[in-house]
Amino acid sequence: MSETLASETSAGGVLPGAPGEALQVEVRGEGELQTQDMNLNVGPQHPATHGVLRVVIDVDGERIVGAQPVVGYMHRAFEKLAEHRDYRQIIALVNRHDWLSAFCNEVGVALAVEQMMELEVPERAQWIRTMMCEWNRIMNHLMFVSSFGLELGAITPMFYAFREREDIQHLMESATGGRLHFTYTRVGGLKDDLPLGFLKASEELVPVVRRRNQEYRDLLLGNEIFRARTKGIGALEPEVALDYGVSGPSLHATGVAEDSRVTEPYLKYDEVDVAVPVARNGDSYDRFQVLLDRIDASCDIIEQCLANLPPGPISAKVPKQIKAPEGAIYVRTENPLGQGGYYLISDGGKQPYRMRMRTPSFNNVQMIPHLLQGELLSDMVAIMGSVYFVVGDVDR
Amino acid sequence: MESIFTFDSLLFTVLVKVLVIVAFFFVAALVVGYLEHKVMGHMQDRTGPMEAGLGPVKHGVGQLVADGAKFLQKEDIIPRSADPWVFALAPGVALVPTLTILVVIPFGPGVWAENLDLGLFFALAASGVTVIGVLMAGWASANKFSLMGAIRDAAQLIAYELPLVLAGAAVALQAGTLSLVGIVERQNELLLFGAVPVWYGIPQFVGLGLFFVAAMAELNRPPFDMPIADSEIIAGHMTEYTGLRFAFFLLSEYAGMVVLSALATVLFLGGWYPWPGAELPDGPLGAVIGTVVTLAKIIILTLLMTWARATFPRLREDQLQTMAWTILIPLALAQIVVIAIVIVVLP
Repeated sequence: MSETLASETSAGGVLPGAPGEALQVEVRGEGELQTQDMNLNVGPQHPATHGVLRVVIDVDGERIVGAQPVVGYMHRAFEKLAEHRDYRQIIALVNRHDWLSAFCNEVGVALAVEQMMELEVPERAQWIRTMMCEWNRIMNHLMFVSSFGLELGAITPMFYAFREREDIQHLMESATGGRLHFTYTRVGGLKDDLPLGFLKASEELVPVVRRRNQEYRDLLLGNEIFRARTKGIGALEPEVALDYGVSGPSLHATGVAEDSRVTEPYLKYDEVDVAVPVARNGDSYDRFQVLLDRIDASCDIIEQCLANLPPGPISAKVPKQIKAPEGAIYVRTENPLGQGGYYLISDGGKQPYRMRMRTPSFNNVQMIPHLLQGELLSDMVAIMGSVYFVVGDVDR
Repeated sequence: MESIFTFDSLLFTVLVKVLVIVAFFFVAALVVGYLEHKVMGHMQDRTGPMEAGLGPVKHGVGQLVADGAKFLQKEDIIPRSADPWVFALAPGVALVPTLTILVVIPFGPGVWAENLDLGLFFALAASGVTVIGVLMAGWASANKFSLMGAIRDAAQLIAYELPLVLAGAAVALQAGTLSLVGIVERQNELLLFGAVPVWYGIPQFVGLGLFFVAAMAELNRPPFDMPIADSEIIAGHMTEYTGLRFAFFLLSEYAGMVVLSALATVLFLGGWYPWPGAELPDGPLGAVIGTVVTLAKIIILTLLMTWARATFPRLREDQLQTMAWTILIPLALAQIVVIAIVIVVLP
């Protein structure tokens, strides 16, 4: 700093404001009022960042002129840890980076190992996995429905959405024993069969979730203030979204219906009708609408799973010590927030040689600078609340 | 010189009035705060506070007292780079105007501290002072989020003080007096079409709406809570405050709800009269009935504010300004013109 000031480039070579010198004032431009941008640290501890994401923004009054997300505050080295765990332990591990999509994550890892081992997973296990993935998806989406409302200042959706989440958590707990980290999947199948009464409870819960979903539409989408706050805010173009690798609801809102449940089906997604709701404008409103539509679509899939669930074993015969054969594989799944990918390299041992995760949140966060450019500070929360990311999923 | 212990001495009367007003100020804020906790809780499919109580009465009736006790115990932190004097004074500056408005509000026949000839003018003028406390807090906190909140609050006040004052002015025009007591009494004599007794809220329904919306905006109540928008700028000017000073800001919000609801009651909803054209018995009985009626009307209005908070998302600052300058202020001006013409045309 002092070097710059003392250098020949400063006006006349005189240190401005130095003792004994008159203060030199440089008049820039035409002499009109100059404003200075303010640098504002949003986060790592800020209510709008859902955790410890930090966004450094430059604001001119209320207008954002530049934004930069700073990731890494929640880096927990899951990929490195996975190199020192066997496959059963890894399933418990991947539950945790995106804590809102725990079941979908564990299915992805199990699929990768099973495909390397060329295991035939029983039908019943696959159907149950499909159904559980969808229940998890609804739980995840409800969380974002609630938090988006909260960020726009509507506190009530928070309590409503947690009511449904509690019901679904209760249901999943009855089968898996976990409320957040289920660890229900095993390589080759599932931990246990479904408990008695699960199917009936499941069947009864689907219409409830559908009905309540309509309430969110009325409460938020139908609200004048909500529309004014979200329509045309943070509009994302499909080309830009694809360039950034954005996936999931944020991508569908731009009109691109890329969903690996449809384009590259896994589990039983090729035997059920998967509706991929899309919208056109890619703004906050559309992203939120797609999220609500996806809850309905997931309800449809759960009903089809319940109708098609066959009897039978829930696990294939697997050796006591699971070892993936030498080689590499990349499996992609449609996680609630977007495209999840698992790149697994095995040297034939009981632990992976390397496991790399492609997580949707990381890519979704990357478009924040693009979306925030030129928007108002209040729109920041409308945008960040609707690109849907989990900080643990960003940093892993 | 008179002894102040003489029952009707000036000093004694003033002392009693001040004590009653301060007591009412705190109790009203507690009651409204508690009601908001419970009512909003039930609107959101939960119970609200249930445990804290006074003796056998539970249902969280003691929750706000307990909160107050907690605030008392908190460390009073003044940030190192803050301007300590301004920082320390700000909550008081925000609180006192609300307290002083109570002086002129009539709660029943004879139940008021002071019947100023300029009562309405005094109340509206004092309500605008609160923003100075907010600006002081935002500036002195040396926090960018606080400063932003304070500036938003100042901008909001400028935009909303106008419709508030204009709506009040229309009432004064129709009543022909600025005294709040006078307004209540003249209001009860109003006959629509020479036959139907109504309150000013009926012919001036536009003014009532404007006044209520502007009051919510002035109090930073949702959906107009941009100055303290917790998901954007943490808590605006309150971000750096702890303990009792923070409690003062909360108190001024709840007491502000009571005071502005009371003003709306007096101006538009007939004050202490239970129905238009009603007669209250003379003496203490009438005073008690009138006070109960006024308090009931105030509570209904504060519950409306709570309902709005549980329902609406927050507006954006520029949307709010657009609404104020392009809709509310022209409406308020138009209403004044209409009222003036009607008053001149109809004797």
